[in-house]
Amino acid sequence: MEPIIEMKHLSKTFGDGNSQVAALRDVNIAVEKGEIFGIIGLSGAGKSTLVRCINLLERPDEGEVLFHGKNLMAMSEKELRAQRKKITMIFQHFNLLDQRTSLENVCFPLELVGTPKKEAKKRAMELLETVGLPDKANAYPVQLSGGQKQRIAIARALATNPEVLLCDEATSALDPKTTRETLRLLQDINKNLGVTVIIITHDMKVIEEICGRVAILNHGVVAEIGKVEDVFSMPKTEAGRRLVYPDGLPAELLPKTKVIRVAFNGGTAYQPLIASLAIDCGVKVNILGADTRNIDGKAFGTMLLGLPEDETEAANALAYITSQKDITVEEVPNYHA
Amino acid sequence: MLESLTAFFESLGVSKAAEQVEFLLDPSNIPFAIWETLYAPLIATVLAYVIGLPLGILLVTGEEGGIRPLPKGVMSVLNTVINLLRSIPFLILMVMVFPLSRLILGTAIGTTATIVPLTVAAAPYVARLVEASLREMDRGVIEAAQSMGCSTWQIITKVLLPECKPSLINGATNATITILGYGAMAGNIGGGGLGAISLMRGYGRSQTLVLYVAVIILVILVQVIQSIGTALCVKTDKRITKNSKKGE
Repeated sequence: MEPIIEMKHLSKTFGDGNSQVAALRDVNIAVEKGEIFGIIGLSGAGKSTLVRCINLLERPDEGEVLFHGKNLMAMSEKELRAQRKKITMIFQHFNLLDQRTSLENVCFPLELVGTPKKEAKKRAMELLETVGLPDKANAYPVQLSGGQKQRIAIARALATNPEVLLCDEATSALDPKTTRETLRLLQDINKNLGVTVIIITHDMKVIEEICGRVAILNHGVVAEIGKVEDVFSMPKTEAGRRLVYPDGLPAELLPKTKVIRVAFNGGTAYQPLIASLAIDCGVKVNILGADTRNIDGKAFGTMLLGLPEDETEAANALAYITSQKDITVEEVPNYHA
Repeated sequence: MLESLTAFFESLGVSKAAEQVEFLLDPSNIPFAIWETLYAPLIATVLAYVIGLPLGILLVTGEEGGIRPLPKGVMSVLNTVINLLRSIPFLILMVMVFPLSRLILGTAIGTTATIVPLTVAAAPYVARLVEASLREMDRGVIEAAQSMGCSTWQIITKVLLPECKPSLINGATNATITILGYGAMAGNIGGGGLGAISLMRGYGRSQTLVLYVAVIILVILVQVIQSIGTALCVKTDKRITKNSKKGE
């Protein structure tokens, strides 16, 4: 797959002098054509800055943003404006024009390119059908619910037949049910219209629900990047673990033994691992935490196990678990730290 | 009627009642004064918007972090000039712009001549009013427009001005009323109108009845302008739903 958007060595610093804040540091991400790519991070991680660097609402200090291999940063303002019709955006607070009806809002980007009124209206009506709100054509934003507003915003973003749709915390102001419906709509748009979708969020569920690949952004740095199932089933970095296990574990309450993370890599039914470990090896392990996630229809589970204090027993247990099929084992260093 | 009104006011203790009632009832006096009161300030308001609206837009779009930042020097000159003009009391400004009035209109006195000082005084005020209205604009909406490839001109004409229309109408109502108030001082440079009548006749010749009638008509004029402005503002603002318009 060829990348449609490539971010290369992006860096961005805000403020000057002593109050400098590095929002992005050497970010490299390639988004492939036709995928739904997620960028997740806690607040302040630089997600919003990063997504604004893609359409250059925010200009990076260093690096390149390539769209179909062409560097957007080298373009004149006029050329860039033309490209922005191919990379559109939706927002957390919808940002509709309050003094225009839904239909007029969807017509807005068409007006900008000088589409004849009649034609623009026809196209806008089609788009309202696409997002399932043709009956709200003459309603003003104030008369719409949050979910409806976001649908209108999506219709507006689709008006110029974009290739990429950027979603900046697009579901963060919506309730869980509306969030799911909105994500479903984005998925349909991705499948049916072939629009590449880039989703910025702080919410794991959003990523799990529709993204194929994900990048974890932490303090302006890409901590992990890969398939959602890989990254979420076995986060390799501290930043990743903080996101996947946000509540953490009260470490001081646990026995100070060696701790391992066991991941069931989907596809197979869970083996009764702990029971068989006790029967086959006679070793009792302590379950410190367990979690299962449904990612893309497959079941993934992770378990945190505290090994026995006796070193031989611990080694036996470790060897036994490692030998099992479809299970990945990883030692968790500094667990008690 | 003249006699009965005169008798009525005399009974209330109004001195020189006959003379005043006669003046007030003469159909060429009060209606003409109302016309004079309105026409110079209204023309001045329109002219003040011709100058002040672009200036107000510049104040918002040209600032640091605005949609089309201008050099800092340009912005500080603009701000200083506006503040300077706004700090000169109108009574003094009126006299100061005599040369300008003569240059443009050939005369510095009379009702028409007041259009010049009124415009000079109102334009910077209008610029600030426009600035305040445009600052209410949600940054996010402008960002959305930029993300759709809007040019600066398109943002101004298709986003800023239409979205801020209700607030701009409010501002224009305020401007009109303020300029109407300035216009009442026009009597000092030979202009006419209700203001001049209340000053010259009412105060100058102690014709209390004329004074009160002129002031009451001014109050009514302001009320009417305010009501029209508010009604227009509410009618244009699509953020107000039908239900809240009815006060439900």
